[in-house]
Amino acid sequence: MITITGLKLKNPTILAAGILGSTGASLLRVAGSGAGAVVTKSIGRSPNSGHPNPSMVKIECGFLNALGLPNPGYQQYREELVTAKKGKVPVIASIFGGNASEFVEVALGLCDLADGIELNLSCPHADRYGASIGIDPSLVREITSAVKDAVNIPVWAKLTPNVTDITKIGLAAQEGGADVVVAINTVRAMAIDIESGFPILGNRFGGLSGTAIKPIAVKCVYDLYAALDIPIIGVGGISTWQDAVKMMMAGASAVQVGSAVCGGIQVFAEIADGIEGYCQVHGHEVPDICGIAHER
Amino acid sequence: MKPANATIIDVIDETPSVRSFVFDLSLEFTPGQYIMVWVRGVDEVPMSLSDHNMITVQRVGDATSAIFELAVGDTVGIRGPYGRGFDINNPVLIVAGGVGAAPLAPLAEAAHGMGYDVLTLLGARTHDELLFQRRFGGVGEVMIATDDGSAGFHGRVTDLPDRGMVDQCIHSCGPEPMMYALLSMLDEQQRGNAQFSLHRYIKCGLGICGACCIDPSKECACVDGPVFYGSELVGSEFGRYRRGADGVRISIA
Ligand SMILES: Cc1cc2nc3c(=O)[nH]c(=O)nc-3n(C[C@H](O)[C@H](O)[C@H](O)COP(=O)(O)OP(=O)(O)OC[C@H]3O[C@@H](n4cnc5c(N)ncnc54)[C@H](O)[C@@H]3O)c2cc1C
Ligand SMILES: Cc1cc2nc3c(=O)[nH]c(=O)nc-3n(C[C@H](O)[C@H](O)[C@H](O)COP(=O)(O)O)c2cc1C
Ligand code: FES
Repeated sequence: MITITGLKLKNPTILAAGILGSTGASLLRVAGSGAGAVVTKSIGRSPNSGHPNPSMVKIECGFLNALGLPNPGYQQYREELVTAKKGKVPVIASIFGGNASEFVEVALGLCDLADGIELNLSCPHADRYGASIGIDPSLVREITSAVKDAVNIPVWAKLTPNVTDITKIGLAAQEGGADVVVAINTVRAMAIDIESGFPILGNRFGGLSGTAIKPIAVKCVYDLYAALDIPIIGVGGISTWQDAVKMMMAGASAVQVGSAVCGGIQVFAEIADGIEGYCQVHGHEVPDICGIAHER
Repeated sequence: MKPANATIIDVIDETPSVRSFVFDLSLEFTPGQYIMVWVRGVDEVPMSLSDHNMITVQRVGDATSAIFELAVGDTVGIRGPYGRGFDINNPVLIVAGGVGAAPLAPLAEAAHGMGYDVLTLLGARTHDELLFQRRFGGVGEVMIATDDGSAGFHGRVTDLPDRGMVDQCIHSCGPEPMMYALLSMLDEQQRGNAQFSLHRYIKCGLGICGACCIDPSKECACVDGPVFYGSELVGSEFGRYRRGADGVRISIA
């Protein structure tokens, strides 16, 4: 059992935003499979179909996606949250908007049903949204504090790695009152089809996830841990318990798992059991491994 | 996997609205599995394999119209085969509606090759839209139904008399209202033997993005399906609604 931003999680594995999170039933399935908490698909004000296909492909070192924030809008998503809540784990609503007032509108539209709000300040491939906001510390501070003022559930700020110094953005979120930062979202990337010269993704470029970004995520979490006072949730390329332990040693209090669901959703239980087993062998309580690498 | 390059080596007019495209690549597949077909610069859409090197396409919108523009020598990107195809269970009863015959023709041929009995109930709007009548006829008996009565029985394929559904194993693909009507006619034991191929919006095809999840069984149509047993669909969204690209529910009439 761990506690993060006041929420009790039976283990430190959390389903990452945008992964199997479009429907309540699918969140329920992941909750039932052993995840400590689940995060929804990022939800906005109104229905959005996202970018044209191909919107996700597997490449040698991971996955490339440019879904483009497809979602049914917060009003229609409410019934999915009602379903997701039937699982016995915290449900965090990931939200996005073009400015602080849009973020607040969506947060208010979902906060009576969600156990927390995750701000998507970091999607690398949706114009005007996500990372275009998430690279600007003053916007991050403004949006975080506006949502924090509007709701009385925990607010998580999800950061993009596509900046020179992620700690500046992390500090801005902390100043805005974020209860935790979540790092990282996908890394800007593209692939080109050599038969035709066409960029493969319908949006031409997108974000890289999976194994390839794990070392990038570990370094971001390591730097954030050194710079911030609030806890950090680590995400990026985690597919085994060893990956999770590394991320926690870098400074994460909990981890999110995304692309690795491709190998089956039992991955949450496997990682959770592995962390538990590791801690027993080494005589740690789970929270004690957080940030160990900074003391070595 | 990244899309592989496939060159079209033949185009076959099957019906006024359906065309087959034959590729220079041959794929190992189970009937009912699909590939993602990328028409560069347009879209990428799921298509069942109607043979180891062929897809059979009904023109309905932008992507399928773009596929219809393609000629011998043109190329598309393909990834797959993906998903869970049909189990071939004896004795084989095929219930196909419209372009739903595409994944079922290779199934009929495979079943025949295994020495199984194959009966096909083939439906279409009108006689010239009957798809793969020859392929089905080559491996077993075919009973025809058309909405306008221009060939065979006048009405739905599910209303065909003497269709002997009782102890046969159903393999079905077609418009969802047709498949739902079929499921509703079956008792519990028959549902356990009946398989249906579902049409849901596919984005990743990898079981990651969640676009295709079925309520409330929670399974992903893209990897756990598109073929499901009737027993898995009872009480689900099947026959009632599906979701669009944005996740909004669309009711199925
Ligand atoms: C597993 C599977 C196998 C299929 N096999 C065949 C086949 O063998 N032959 C055939 O003609 N059709 C098949 N389809 C349907 C085919 O994918 C759609 O007709 C096609 O995507 C329509 O694209 P469009 O741009 O021409 O039409 P649009 O006007 O964009 O859409 C027409 C309809 O197709 C749906 N559609 C559009 N894009 C997708 C997508 N990415 N995934 C699923 N549905 C989509 C739309 O929701 C709408 O209901 C299959 C679908 C699935 C899910
Ligand atoms: C298909 C897909 C969709 C995603 N959608 C979202 C989203 O809606 N909101 C968000 O904040 N992050 C989204 N992400 C980013 C993930 O939550 C995660 O930060 C990233 O994939 C890195 O983790 P991973 O390597 O474990 O996948 C998405 C990632 C993928 C692969
Ligand atoms: S299409 Fe992405 S999970 Fe099925």
